[in-house]
Amino acid sequence: MSFTFRHLLGTEALSRDEITFLLDQSRAFQGIQKQPLKKLATLRGKSAVLAFFETSTRTRISFATAAARLGADTMNLQAESSSTQKGESLVDTVRTLEAMKPDVIVIRHAASGAPHFVAERLGIPVINAGDGLHEHPSQGLLDALTISDRLGRLDDLNVTIVGDIRHSRVARSNIHVLSKFGGRITLCGPAMWLPAEMPGMAPNMRIEPCITQALPGANVVMVLRVQTERLREPSLPPDEYIRLYQMTPARLALARPDAVLMHPGPMIRGLEIDPAVADSPQSTVLEQVTNGVAVRMALLYLLTGGAPSAATPQAG
Amino acid sequence: MPTREKTQLLSAAQTGRTIERLGHEIVEKTGEAHGIALIGIRRRGVPLAQRLAGTVRAATAAEAPIGILDITLYRDDLSLASAHPVVQSTEIPFSVDGRDLILVDDVLFTGRTIRAAINGLFDLGRPRRVQLCVLVDRGHRELPIEAAYVGRRVETRPEDLVEVHLKEIDGEDRVLLERMP
Repeated sequence: MSFTFRHLLGTEALSRDEITFLLDQSRAFQGIQKQPLKKLATLRGKSAVLAFFETSTRTRISFATAAARLGADTMNLQAESSSTQKGESLVDTVRTLEAMKPDVIVIRHAASGAPHFVAERLGIPVINAGDGLHEHPSQGLLDALTISDRLGRLDDLNVTIVGDIRHSRVARSNIHVLSKFGGRITLCGPAMWLPAEMPGMAPNMRIEPCITQALPGANVVMVLRVQTERLREPSLPPDEYIRLYQMTPARLALARPDAVLMHPGPMIRGLEIDPAVADSPQSTVLEQVTNGVAVRMALLYLLTGGAPSAATPQAG
Repeated sequence: MPTREKTQLLSAAQTGRTIERLGHEIVEKTGEAHGIALIGIRRRGVPLAQRLAGTVRAATAAEAPIGILDITLYRDDLSLASAHPVVQSTEIPFSVDGRDLILVDDVLFTGRTIRAAINGLFDLGRPRRVQLCVLVDRGHRELPIEAAYVGRRVETRPEDLVEVHLKEIDGEDRVLLERMP
């Protein structure tokens, strides 16, 4: 298997083999998280720009940790303090960043497609760290790695995603990954957050607004964060959301007994998830975070080096 | 491209005997191989380490644990290569702290692979001692590294290639020297 692309803009365009390859590479980096000395010099002298035009804590720290572990330097752009606040266009901002000669740019932006727009205009690899309502590919990959670690496989899984599907790029990246492995995906949540056209994204997808109908048989249950500001459009009181959709122990018990419970974070305990579920042995919340660093190390390593070469004829 | 000329350095039987002899040398020089562990460097160091462990087991009844080291992330030529090689996992299922380790590889050439392997080992802990065992030493060192156990020393030119074939990976045991005519 070879790695033939320059950027990671989404999981939609990845083939099943490419995803398998990326997960295999990530596993090698999982091992490094367990070493007493986690810092490598592999990408010494290389630098990554972390251009977060939208605020982020965990994804930005995860990429920064991954880069640091590989010995690469990072340069940070944060929305609050950036020149975009002063009216600079996206293309001017990223060209300025490119002029500082980084080897890779990691970009998060509120506009869907912004990383693609940047990738077309810059000469360096671009990693999408979340664009608008479109994709968050490294999250899709780290979730797949976590599932495969826990369940021992990725094939033919029943996956139930609960919450604000409409606004979730995490859901979209996961759907693209898991459906390529034959996943049967059920989307569950308030009608206003379930786009009727979404089942067209992949085969074997269905919408089920009733949570007790959505969970039976699930191997994987993904709970999405409720963005409280979105509860106002149109209005759905938080109490009502909790009553209808909060992941409680009783609801989780409807899924398969070995089902994994995932949440991309940050969690709001007591809103979309009952603390007893968040802390249950089925929960993979912290494994997802640890795996995120491994996946991002693999991505930075592969993208700053391009496609894998044939083994050198005579290593020493 | 001119075809390279291949000569056989070790036949199947000679390769097998050489590995066997290396195993016995390890037993002799380490005092019955007491407390040693073998670390095979991917790829061909791994079956070599397994065979050495077999010889140690047969000679002493002692079980020398085996670890597998992937040195890809420690290579010093990544910036020269146009692409990064695929990373494989390092699998060392025991603590290296205070341990007597023998690194095992097929060919010793510039010494850079061994430098990378030592760096990798020390990220895992602090071994008491690290020695090196290779099937072929072909010279042309670029670093102050020598092997304690050498199967066969071969005079080569820097542009030559030494090809080690092992049953477990290549279906046959054989060592070949390829040189430009």
